[in-house]
Amino acid sequence: MKELLDGDAPAIARAVNGREVSAAALAQAALARVRERDPAVGAYLTVVDDLALECARRVDARIAAGESLALAGVPVAVKDNMCLEGTRTTCASKILENWVAPYTGTALQRLLDAGAIPVGKTNLDEFAMGSSCENSALGVTRNPWDLGRVPGGSSGGSVAAVASGTATVALGSDTGGSIREPAAFCGVVGFKPTYGRISRYGLIAFASSLDQIGPIGKSVEDCALVYEAIAGADRCDATTVDRPVEPVRPQTRDDLKGMRVGIVREFALDALEGSVRKVYEAAYRDLERLGAELVEVALPTADYGVATYYLIAPAECSSNLARFDGMRYGLRVEGVDVGATYEATRAAGFGDEVKRRILIGTYALSSGYYDAYYVRAQKARTLIAGDFARAFERCDVIACPAASSPAFEFNAKSDPVSMYLMDYYTIPMSLAGLPSLSVPCGYVTPAGTEKPLPLGLELTGPLFAEPTLLGVAAAYERETRHLAKGGPPVTAR
Amino acid sequence: MSATVAPAATLAVGGVPYEAVIGIECHVELKTETKMFCGCRNIFGGEPNVNVCPVCLGMPGALPVPNRLAIEAIVKAGLAFGAEVPAFSKFDRKNYFYPDMPKNYQISQFDMPFTLGGTVSFWLEDGTQRTIRLTRIHLEEDTGKSLHAGSADGRLGGSTYSLVDFNRAGVPLMECVSEPEIRSAAEAVAYLDALKRTFVALGVSDVKMEEGSLRCDANVSVRPVGALTFGTKTEIKNMNSFRSVFHAIDHEIARQVDVLASGGRIVQETRGWDEAAGTTIVQRSKEEAHDYRYFPDPDLVPIEFAPADRERLCPDLAELPQARLKRLIADDTLSVKQAQQIIDTPGLFAYYKAVVALGPAPQLVVNFLLGELARLANEAASPTASSKFSPQAVAEIVELTASNTINSKTAKDLIGRVWSEGGSPAEIVAREGLAQVSDPAAVDAFVREVMALQAKSVADFKNGKENVMKFLVGQVMKASRGKADPVLAEERLRALIG
Repeated sequence: MKELLDGDAPAIARAVNGREVSAAALAQAALARVRERDPAVGAYLTVVDDLALECARRVDARIAAGESLALAGVPVAVKDNMCLEGTRTTCASKILENWVAPYTGTALQRLLDAGAIPVGKTNLDEFAMGSSCENSALGVTRNPWDLGRVPGGSSGGSVAAVASGTATVALGSDTGGSIREPAAFCGVVGFKPTYGRISRYGLIAFASSLDQIGPIGKSVEDCALVYEAIAGADRCDATTVDRPVEPVRPQTRDDLKGMRVGIVREFALDALEGSVRKVYEAAYRDLERLGAELVEVALPTADYGVATYYLIAPAECSSNLARFDGMRYGLRVEGVDVGATYEATRAAGFGDEVKRRILIGTYALSSGYYDAYYVRAQKARTLIAGDFARAFERCDVIACPAASSPAFEFNAKSDPVSMYLMDYYTIPMSLAGLPSLSVPCGYVTPAGTEKPLPLGLELTGPLFAEPTLLGVAAAYERETRHLAKGGPPVTAR
Repeated sequence: MSATVAPAATLAVGGVPYEAVIGIECHVELKTETKMFCGCRNIFGGEPNVNVCPVCLGMPGALPVPNRLAIEAIVKAGLAFGAEVPAFSKFDRKNYFYPDMPKNYQISQFDMPFTLGGTVSFWLEDGTQRTIRLTRIHLEEDTGKSLHAGSADGRLGGSTYSLVDFNRAGVPLMECVSEPEIRSAAEAVAYLDALKRTFVALGVSDVKMEEGSLRCDANVSVRPVGALTFGTKTEIKNMNSFRSVFHAIDHEIARQVDVLASGGRIVQETRGWDEAAGTTIVQRSKEEAHDYRYFPDPDLVPIEFAPADRERLCPDLAELPQARLKRLIADDTLSVKQAQQIIDTPGLFAYYKAVVALGPAPQLVVNFLLGELARLANEAASPTASSKFSPQAVAEIVELTASNTINSKTAKDLIGRVWSEGGSPAEIVAREGLAQVSDPAAVDAFVREVMALQAKSVADFKNGKENVMKFLVGQVMKASRGKADPVLAEERLRALIG
């Protein structure tokens, strides 16, 4: 059982489909693991024991009836901004602290239909706004590699769950890097597919034009398996793309011969701290050693990514979060009249970062400022997407750091802008809607500590090039085996 | 062609003639099976909060998916008025907080509506034709409905709590905006009537003001006749019937003229029509106006129309009420009222055209259709068009009456018979010898018979009792079993009595 829980998703599915082990037994073991390991990590806001066992029984019944399920018995952790019927769904916000979702979102439903067992709902920066998970109003999540450090964010709980082995795979959501940056910080694979590939129905919106659900796993293959189960058009989400989902399970390829990997001129590694730089230099060399041709590509407007993002995302969030007013659901703080009730509810229910972004967005959309901010940001977004399109004329995938540093200590980023800059390498891809992932690429051990911290290599493909992207990532992963160099300390206890 | 220059509604006060400038925005609920962005049923009334789902309740994580048929309906409506349907259109969010708006933004259209321009033609009762340009028609979602409890009048002020019914939330709503070219309260009502008639004919809406499927606001200002600039406008809301539209606008024009004539200044504000008091009252001043922070809804993708879509959706313009009215008034020289009645009675236009095609004069046909036959249809509570009375029969009756072949008494009996039994009036007349007796010699025979039997009455008449003549004519009609020409009968009676 321990081997299965430490193994990959296909191995679990094989064992459960082959009736070597029941999903129910696996679910019990996974829940036991959560009880044992999660108190130190704090990945979960809600553990769904009863639902996990009920789902497991249903999976066992389907298998007994002769079905074979792609994710049979695979324990999955779900970021707590995705609706799961009958389960508390909080967005790590006081305003939804006791809200029970009345329906299940599409991606999660597809995952359950494929036989996955939900273990629990994981912590995040409130409404997915943040890069460290420190903006959660409901709990602290620690990095399994060093409990004194953040797991990254906003999908910090989901990556911490996978890294600490309490879930085999997880669902996260990525708006400007919220899957990729924490995946890098916790030494797991985090994948944000092309915008429109995965239904957002049931994902509580932060910035609708950027939000995208994606898988998190210990391997590229695990992510690919989850992706295949949840991707595809959905009649409940008008922004999903009606285009066949090609199989992406990485074919075994020993090398990257014939692959052109773009190295972004503007993302020069000299900007990074020395030990970090060395890891990325080694990663690029590994790609070359595997047969890839490294080509320099230019993204001249990428530098405007963070500024552009921090107009578009808050603008959308200011409107998306207007519905949390205490009238129909969630927290309600009574005032003397309806206006006062709105104000008291939202003042008490939202944390500082959420309020900051609502204010920025409201301002950016106001008459008189709309053209100067929102419209110009949209134009910049178009230019950034154009830069990528030109770059992909010269390469198949782009490689760059997923973050400029390994996981940092709690309270290390006190001003919002330094936190915003954590997503410098991930935001441009989000603005362009591109499929992008982070795969572990090495470790650094900060001075004065014995604890190695993982770093992630970000690989990005053209729109809808998920098969190429996952293929390259899988080949890199297989040849470098950074994951095999021992898991985080918490898993050894 | 039509007169596009407005006949100014002049209201001379203190020697200065004023004219009104009115623009109307109306909201029309589309009659679709399901709501605009979800699969909930779109029906009026019912238990509160039963036709709801996560989408129309604005639950976290729920997303809108547009209703194709609602979009097609609005495009049809626009094309019916000759509007342009741009190749590219999109939905925007209109942001403001209100408890009956689930998301605290309304999905609407800002700068790229589904239809632009177009014209609405209508006729005033005196026969004047007016053509008002449409600015645009756009599509949005309706809000829920607030019910305020604890106040004397059901209004928010003074209420102790409020309830919200979301059955209406998310119902497709078409907003039609007119150019400020309407010049009087009567024109405003005629304009709304024309919209209503067309939407009903297209089947896109019930257009029932009492059920709220038509709601309208009017922007009203006045200016000295001949002025090139507009006066300061007020927006009038809360008009719940065509009658209240008329009175509210009429009152507001008079109020503004009074204010200006007494040296005052119009304040830009929103005023509500108080039906009971018969006056408009201030609801909101401009200073409280919202900044709606419109931006493209990122949950919805832009919608594109190919010429083929427009062609497929374009209604048969010649058969829409505007065109039909025009034909009836201009070609058949019917009165505006008659033409409207023909158009507004289900099935009657086609029926009317079928009768007229057989030859009789339109005016005679319309008198008969809207007179005798309408009365019978009304009594039977079943429409003329589906009765046993065929268009051929109408043509025959009109012909028999016009040619004096049958008298009015025979006509009346015959109409009743054909209504209940069907058949050809001409054949019945021929078969049963019901033709009017118009031969003076034949009439004289009946006259003599009556004079012999009614000697006393004849004597009375001779002695100057003029009103006895009516009785004597009646007796002649009776003797002829109703067939004598009553005019000729009287003439012969007078002649023979001498």
